[in-house]
Amino acid sequence: MAVKDYLRERFFPHLWCPGCGHGEVLGGLLRAIENLGMGKNDIVMVSGIGCSSRITGYVDFHTMHTIHGRALAFATGVKLARPELKLIVPMGDGDALAIGGNHFIHAARRNIDLTAVVMNNRIYGMTGGQFSPLSGSNISATTAPYRTIDKNFDVVDLARAAGATFVARSTTYHAQQMTEIIEKAITHKGFSVVEILTQCPTYFGRKNKIGDAPDMIKWYKDHTTPIGSKAKQENPELIERGIFVQKEAPEYCAEYQKLVERAMGGRK
Amino acid sequence: MGKTIRFVQGNEACVEAALYAGLDFFAGYPITPSTEIAEHLAARLPRVGGKFIQMEDEIASICAIIGASLTGRKVMTATSGPGFSLMQEALGYAVMAEIPCVIVDVQRGGPSTGIPTHVSQGDVNQARWGTHGDHAIIALTASNHQDMFAITVEAFNLSETYRTPVILLFDEVVAHMREKLVMPEPGEIPLLERLRTSVKEGVDYHPYLPREDGRLPMSDFGGVHRYNVTGLVHDMWGFPSTEPRTVHGLLRHLVDKLENRSNELARYREFYLEDAEIILISYGSSARSALHVVEDRRQRGERLGLLELQTLWPFPRDIVRSKCATARAVVVVEMNMGQVMQSVKLAVEHPERVFLANRIDSVFITPADILNILRIIQGKGV
Repeated sequence: MAVKDYLRERFFPHLWCPGCGHGEVLGGLLRAIENLGMGKNDIVMVSGIGCSSRITGYVDFHTMHTIHGRALAFATGVKLARPELKLIVPMGDGDALAIGGNHFIHAARRNIDLTAVVMNNRIYGMTGGQFSPLSGSNISATTAPYRTIDKNFDVVDLARAAGATFVARSTTYHAQQMTEIIEKAITHKGFSVVEILTQCPTYFGRKNKIGDAPDMIKWYKDHTTPIGSKAKQENPELIERGIFVQKEAPEYCAEYQKLVERAMGGRK
Repeated sequence: MGKTIRFVQGNEACVEAALYAGLDFFAGYPITPSTEIAEHLAARLPRVGGKFIQMEDEIASICAIIGASLTGRKVMTATSGPGFSLMQEALGYAVMAEIPCVIVDVQRGGPSTGIPTHVSQGDVNQARWGTHGDHAIIALTASNHQDMFAITVEAFNLSETYRTPVILLFDEVVAHMREKLVMPEPGEIPLLERLRTSVKEGVDYHPYLPREDGRLPMSDFGGVHRYNVTGLVHDMWGFPSTEPRTVHGLLRHLVDKLENRSNELARYREFYLEDAEIILISYGSSARSALHVVEDRRQRGERLGLLELQTLWPFPRDIVRSKCATARAVVVVEMNMGQVMQSVKLAVEHPERVFLANRIDSVFITPADILNILRIIQGKGV
């Protein structure tokens, strides 16, 4: 099947701005799914609210565009009800980690078999460029006219600490790596988190004078480095990308089956 | 063989009924006075092939059941006031996306943390208007365990039939009180399933195109029809739309499918209404005291009657209006500041004849409390 076959062309054109990185994330996701040869009826994609969340409308899977921050909670219900389905949950950075932060850490704690894709553009794009918990300090935004004083989360550290068993990061510049990582995340048994740095030239780039889309993508090339590289040792400011965590641990739905056996056993 | 008779809490009656109705997915978060529902289902569901999950909060709980419902499961969550407040946004999502689910709110004293262990009926209007935007909703209640059982099964039936969240608005007294429950036999109460599409694979399925009767056949997630579910105003494909005719059509559909059926959806009980000069209207645990007053006064020859409402929303206005047509006085007995009384006044021909007998001090309303009000209405003084 070609990537095109996974799209609902009826619903195009999409609403993302010219130069937005979300289309590249969509491309990476669909290439990963194509490479894995997954059936369309086997995939449920659940999103929240924001630019990122519109991704569900464009793909020909079972799709749920839910409410802000709660995508992982809806997805948890779908997954536990039908564990044989593959759940992919694309979220924006504010969606996943501001309003949705509680659900994020608890999905990680349960190690339920969902793939969370955090499309991190460090800004609330849909509402017009307000800073997010991933903007970091000294950033200009419409709600930070004097620049931000808030610190940011490190998605990787947070996911790891909360118990996610697969944690990775890539960028829209590293399209091939992004696809490979998403493939691994989807096939991983347990809660997997993939953070993808994705550009918002309309708000983040413009407000912070980083330039337009090509400049922002080049920024990812220049400011990231493979995990544990020599470059990182020389320049700690660089953002590492790659797979940070990949480990086996009891998965929630599988554990539920064991619980059922205990419950039935207790009865006999 | 005789019927199984149990001596249970109201919350257990609700659990038994939910399982009888075919509940197979529950997500919840502990909160007094509803917690026993989660506790009993945690023990029972895994034994009957169902799923129980304790979520991180009430928001996540209602979201999880909505997700599970889309896969074809019968779903429920249970909470009380503060948790019910947290659920309001997702409740609206289930209204908008037309996803069957049952939400139990065992009412306690409010607002805010209020009085967790004491009774109140203060969430009646929240059940109606808690989520934002024009919409319709079904809210049901009951005053005793046998009725709690029947009305809980009814909640699932209506939810699956009309693709809508149904709220079970119980209260602390019925939920925690223990009394007899005669377990209905399998098949004794009819069970209704959601309508599923007969559209074959490869043929366009329109998830949000209502049939002529307003019903929308569903397709389970994981099945052969892939479609989009959204809380945005959407067209027949489930795709976002801002086209005015689509917006208008969807809102009318969401409201009309329930409001136009208010008589069909009305569940109530009536006691001695035929010749009643004074009609008490009550619901939930306060209807128990109201019935006591009516039966007591009947023995003294006073023509009192009771209309016990089990459907609170859509408000059964036609029934209230016709039953109260010849009454000299209508006394609404409830444990709030007149939330149902407001609806009764709007429904009847003579709103000036509607009075309120209530308690709002977290103490269960007794027959003596109602009698005191009656004496004033009857001009007998206190």
